[in-house]
Amino acid sequence: MGNPIVFLILAGIALISALGMLMSRNAVHSALFLVLNFTTIAVLFLILNAPFLFVTQITIYAGAIMVLFLFVVMLLGAEQLRGDPTQGLGRWQIPLSIILAVALIATFGYILVSGTDVTTVGAEGEAIAAGPAEIGLALFESYVFPFEVASILLLVAMIGVVVLRTRRGENA
Amino acid sequence: MPEVTIGWYIALSAALFTIGALGVLIRRNAIIIFMSVELMLNAANLLFVAFARHLNDLDGQIFVFFVITVAAAEVAVGLALIVAIFRTKQSINIDEMNMLKG
Repeated sequence: MGNPIVFLILAGIALISALGMLMSRNAVHSALFLVLNFTTIAVLFLILNAPFLFVTQITIYAGAIMVLFLFVVMLLGAEQLRGDPTQGLGRWQIPLSIILAVALIATFGYILVSGTDVTTVGAEGEAIAAGPAEIGLALFESYVFPFEVASILLLVAMIGVVVLRTRRGENA
Repeated sequence: MPEVTIGWYIALSAALFTIGALGVLIRRNAIIIFMSVELMLNAANLLFVAFARHLNDLDGQIFVFFVITVAAAEVAVGLALIVAIFRTKQSINIDEMNMLKG
């Protein structure tokens, strides 16, 4: 599943960019760090024999969704919260969050080292074809109903956004 | 040279998910909380694709498509809500969003 050195470099970039997103005071910097993170994950998709998802990840996530984020941040001029960002934040909240995060990662680690050994099940071996044609066949044959549900979901989201943007008492 | 196994991907995905959860817990900017949610969704996507490769099955990749669809819908609605809240409150600090009434 890839060269260890390449994996470690990509994992390092992904973790550092995720931490950068978490730590940045400026929301625009956070968004740009997140773009880097999404791109790194897209490259991992490519290593994992998912070329079509690689393209989808870059166009939809790193492209469309992050542009939407940046657009809203700049539209609102909300790069930074006004006043002290930790205002109203109880002193106990950050330590408690870190304890909870450590507990979460410890749980993941525990499941990984004990419990069901997921690492030995499965075939791996020669990769199956996973180009757009294979994905399309799977999507329109076995998963045609979820596909339709997803299109309804997108329609509902679109109508919802239009309704939200229409002020009461206005026609347009 | 050790071989990259599924365990490495699980570890990376768990770390990214935890960073995302931490972001939701400690940040006060609603937009950054949204970005952290996206990061968690992406950690799950990475694991889906890693297991699709591990088990040599396309279903994991199909699932990622649906996750991306739901994430796109969620971002559109969520950001519209944030803009609507900003119009009335002039702030996106979630500590100031304590009333359902606009």
